[in-house]
Amino acid sequence: MKLITHNMLTSKCLKGVVTGYPLAISATNIKVTEVDFNPDFIVRIIPKIDWEVFWKAADSIGHSDGLPQTVESKLHDNNDFLKKVHRVLLEVEIDEGHLTCPESGRQFPITKGIPNMLLTEAENKFAMLLKSANDLYHEVFAPMPRQI
Amino acid sequence: MSRRYLLWFAQEYLDFRLAEMQSILSMLKIEIKYVEKSYNKPYWIVELPSESCIKKIASRSVLIKSCIELWSSANTEERLHENLKSAMKNDSGKWIVESVTGESNDNHICHSSLLTVCSDPSKSFKIEVETFCKHFSMKEKVEKIELFSYLPLEGPVKLNNPDMKFSYIEFYGVDPNNVPKQPEQLFFGRWIVDGQRDLIQALSLKKRNFIGNTSMDAQLSILMANQAQVTMGDIVLDPFVGSGSLLVAAAHFGGYVWGSDIDFMMLHARTRPTRVGQKVRQKEESIKANMKQYGIESHYLDVLVSDFSLPLWRNDLKFDAIITDPPYGVREPTEKIGIEKENYTLAEDYLPNHVPSKVEYGLSHIYSDLLNFAATHLHIGRRLVCWYPLVRSEFEASQLPSHPCLRLLASSEQVLSRLVSRRLLTFEKISDAVPDVPLDPNAAHHNFRRAKKAEEIAINNIRRAQKVSNLK
Repeated sequence: MKLITHNMLTSKCLKGVVTGYPLAISATNIKVTEVDFNPDFIVRIIPKIDWEVFWKAADSIGHSDGLPQTVESKLHDNNDFLKKVHRVLLEVEIDEGHLTCPESGRQFPITKGIPNMLLTEAENKFAMLLKSANDLYHEVFAPMPRQI
Repeated sequence: MSRRYLLWFAQEYLDFRLAEMQSILSMLKIEIKYVEKSYNKPYWIVELPSESCIKKIASRSVLIKSCIELWSSANTEERLHENLKSAMKNDSGKWIVESVTGESNDNHICHSSLLTVCSDPSKSFKIEVETFCKHFSMKEKVEKIELFSYLPLEGPVKLNNPDMKFSYIEFYGVDPNNVPKQPEQLFFGRWIVDGQRDLIQALSLKKRNFIGNTSMDAQLSILMANQAQVTMGDIVLDPFVGSGSLLVAAAHFGGYVWGSDIDFMMLHARTRPTRVGQKVRQKEESIKANMKQYGIESHYLDVLVSDFSLPLWRNDLKFDAIITDPPYGVREPTEKIGIEKENYTLAEDYLPNHVPSKVEYGLSHIYSDLLNFAATHLHIGRRLVCWYPLVRSEFEASQLPSHPCLRLLASSEQVLSRLVSRRLLTFEKISDAVPDVPLDPNAAHHNFRRAKKAEEIAINNIRRAQKVSNLK
């Protein structure tokens, strides 16, 4: 799991959890894989990143070296800065470890770089709620034909 | 001055042709004028502002075989040659028969300025003869080429890698059981560029490291990436990612891809191997390894094990495209996490290794979740592209899934059997005003059962129909 993914993930589907963001990272194995640098993509993705969360996550796994704590738009022309962001955002990967929900403490394992965000049946606060909401939605907006 | 081109298509996925072309044109912001466009013939004649436009279109289209700068077209061989001869004398700088639309006509005569390219003695050339729906021997083809001797071709003939390639095409209709003696339509022009047919081989499932039972074939995956207008730097999500075949095509066109799936075993490539004769999965099989295989690893973001019926992403995260093939419940089960027992709890001890049970995730629920998700998580003007299975006889356009924030742009049918087909739906997000759906646990409960019952009957019908078609 890359930090770009971590920056977008929440555990808000858990019972009793409101925002579930950011998830804490505990890593037992971190890999760094070099991939092609595309400055345009980095410039495009920076506004979508919650920078504070990104910086803290990088710091928590020991990869915040040279990464500024705040981001300014003038940095967009700075190639060294973009390369640094590229590295921490896309090249550093948590291969083994887990993510922890900030509110409930529930842990989500990461194995072979793939986080498992599945809940157990009992944890799923939406189980009943969503089902009925969908039914209603289906009534109002999307009448369906018979399906396969 | 606009130019006239012959677009030659692969004669398959006819229902996807116009949709693909419209998506590519609007993505590249190119204006087109259709001179001749029919549904079931393999060619269109179009006018475009410049040669660079046709090259850009061909760099994306997987249904186009080749693009030819049209010099002449006619219904008979004699007429074609006459037309070409009159084109050589046509100094008006205009096409003769300028404003024809609709039905095929036999009088496309270009202006002489197009022909001047061939009189350059330093440029080598070759003429290719193609015939549609009829086969000719090499000798017959050479005879056909000899008939063009009046053209002022000054350069040397070169069969490998010539500077210029000319195409002579004879079209004998689309019915292989009823081929006429004489061609219905003939074309001559200068070859400009090929479409992306080669990409189908390059990304073919046959040579792919990791595939699943329902991996999407390369051509359809490329079509989906085109429908979703994926371009360099786009962020793309497939929420039912499976073995990641849609992500391969999206990443090929420059998308940065995320995928999620409920199937842990699939994402970790621990499902039973799909290939005939393969006993165990290779160690390095994974979606990421596929990306590596195609040299697009830098466009792979991550895949996650998650249940699509639950919120996972930050509310304010917006994607540039969502492309997906949800499970229909025929070859892959439709599932979400859940249990039908009341007041269910799980002992702490079991927690670390617990595999949650799954309940059926009704098709209508999948699609309403998917459309709602797209309405929330797409940028305005960007697209959701997904497959939708249905019983052919019951199809009504008004019954397709819909959402107030999404506009249906295309619904192209792929026929799967006599009874069933699936449609590739392309939605564009047009509004950010996602309606508040009230959460009333008792609402519409009764109707759900009824819908589900109907669904079950339909599923049984389909399975029966499939058995029958398998037996044949």
